Amino acid sequence: MATQTLTRPALRGTSATHLRQPRKKMTAGRAAVLAVAAILAVLWLIPFAWATVTAFKSETDAAAPKVSWIPPSGFTADAFIKVFQDGNIPLWTWNSLYTSAAITAITLAISALVAYALSRIDFRGKKVLMTVIIASIIIPPPVLIIPLFYQMVALHMIDTSWAIILPQVIHPAMVFVLKKFFDQIPRELEEAAVMDGASRMRIFTQIVLPLSRPILAAVAIFVFIGAWNNFLWPFISTNDGSILTLPVGLQTIKSAYGIQYAQNMASALLAALPLILVFLFFQRQIIKGVATTGLAGT
Amino acid sequence: MSSLATSESAEQAPSLPGQLRSNPSRKRPSGTGRPNASQSCPRRTRDNLNGWGFAAPFLAFFLVFLVWPLLYGVYMSLTGKSLTGANDSLIGLANYAEALADADMWHSLGNTLYFTVISTVPLVLVALVMAALVNVGLPAQWLWRLSYFAPYLLASTVVSLFFSWMYNPQLGLINDSLAKIGLPKVAWLNDPNVAMWAIVIATLWWTVGFNFLLYLAAMQNIPAQHYEAASLDGAGAWRQFFSITLPQLTPTTVMIVLLQILASLKIFDQVYQMTAGGPAGSTRPVVQYIFETGFTGYRLGYSAAISYIFFGLIVAVSVMQFFITRRRSA
Repeated sequence: MATQTLTRPALRGTSATHLRQPRKKMTAGRAAVLAVAAILAVLWLIPFAWATVTAFKSETDAAAPKVSWIPPSGFTADAFIKVFQDGNIPLWTWNSLYTSAAITAITLAISALVAYALSRIDFRGKKVLMTVIIASIIIPPPVLIIPLFYQMVALHMIDTSWAIILPQVIHPAMVFVLKKFFDQIPRELEEAAVMDGASRMRIFTQIVLPLSRPILAAVAIFVFIGAWNNFLWPFISTNDGSILTLPVGLQTIKSAYGIQYAQNMASALLAALPLILVFLFFQRQIIKGVATTGLAGT
Repeated sequence: MSSLATSESAEQAPSLPGQLRSNPSRKRPSGTGRPNASQSCPRRTRDNLNGWGFAAPFLAFFLVFLVWPLLYGVYMSLTGKSLTGANDSLIGLANYAEALADADMWHSLGNTLYFTVISTVPLVLVALVMAALVNVGLPAQWLWRLSYFAPYLLASTVVSLFFSWMYNPQLGLINDSLAKIGLPKVAWLNDPNVAMWAIVIATLWWTVGFNFLLYLAAMQNIPAQHYEAASLDGAGAWRQFFSITLPQLTPTTVMIVLLQILASLKIFDQVYQMTAGGPAGSTRPVVQYIFETGFTGYRLGYSAAISYIFFGLIVAVSVMQFFITRRRSA
């Protein structure tokens, strides 16, 4: 039931598309549509393809003035081996993974709790709280970098993972997304538990949360992608090479490797790989999740 | 923490029932009859405690890492604070006055607005075209979604590395392709007249998939009957697109345009990584100017002042969004 309510703003499966438009013959019009879609797809895949080809070239071939898709001296994995030997990419991947996971976990926990209160509990000051949270959606993160940096210096958190994690767990728009979902869960489901004298926390963890898995997954996906790829704040709050996240670390590579194009591309591809792999396995959930939370704003 | 104080004062409510009931909006329990009143008071207290208790963890982060820096930033913007710790004293609105007379500030703000205008149009139109193509019911749905959306999963640095390499004037794929079809080479990131467009192309490739997904979701929610009725009336595919799909998508389009404007106004990553604001400051956005005055120029107070001028711009757009979307839903 909960899944049904979720699909309202999200994508339905491809089967629905086919039901609506009964299978047509390959007319000229459809061929044209297919052609345009294919051209766009090729254009959109070329940067990946070109980066991959470059990464598997020797540095000499990569920097050769004659641009080639098939290198004269053959393909080689040298660039990847060099990048791995440097050891930075695995370290930065780990840093990105645990900071993003921590951000996602904390965001989910604190947002779901406050969203439940806003949806179900009748407490004094609720309207004010709600208004403040909604209003805060418009605050753009770049506005906060200067005071937040100063604050982090005062808290002695600069160059620690805390500096990366803590300011990124506040997602007012996601609180609102969760609240709207909780609003749709029938209250009757909770009433029996209330009669039995169950505490709010028990009702929340044992009745509401299990029913909310789809929306929790959607919010988690949205927050995780955002945290994984965030550049500005981690870039400002960390300098120490050992705690850099992937996006920030890559920026330092650009200057370190300079004109070693194969190694640049190998690093970029290795950095892109984790999320692309996750996407290949969980395509439906991710697309659904992004479409559900997307319109709520960033 | 101050929020918890309110719940504690509410906790004393049972001993002061009269005062509690003086709150006009809360007459409900007393109206239903005396016998319930003794029960409803502790219940209300419990609700207050539970409510603020559930809100407390979020509120703690919210106050410390959002509200406080936001307010402290205002204070900083009124001081001569610098990273070197030189001048901490209040100097009133001097930073704002200086910013408004600062040609570099206006230039970077202009760059941000220019980018927003020339990026929003393709980011919305191409997304619409992609969604319309896929929505016709092409085979291999996953392939189109994967190709168009995958770049959105990349970090800005990855995108910048990809495109800096393709834009390379001598060795780059793009100039090589141009030369093959007999077109002149372009100094993509090194030509002040072209650099911003090069950034827009990279941004289009990177983030159009997000708008594409939103459009696709909206298109798949248009009731099938609309199309059935139209095709019975003999309306062709083009006709159906312009007289059914597009009008039905209007609310989605408004939302996507506004969200895109807000996103584009925050442009920083790609520019900083690909051109560092150059050549000759021709691509430097206002967020980079804030960053540079604060961390390269060490002028935190001045930098904070520019932040709030930028914030004013965002608020103006958001307020516009609020009124447009409210009018639509009303």
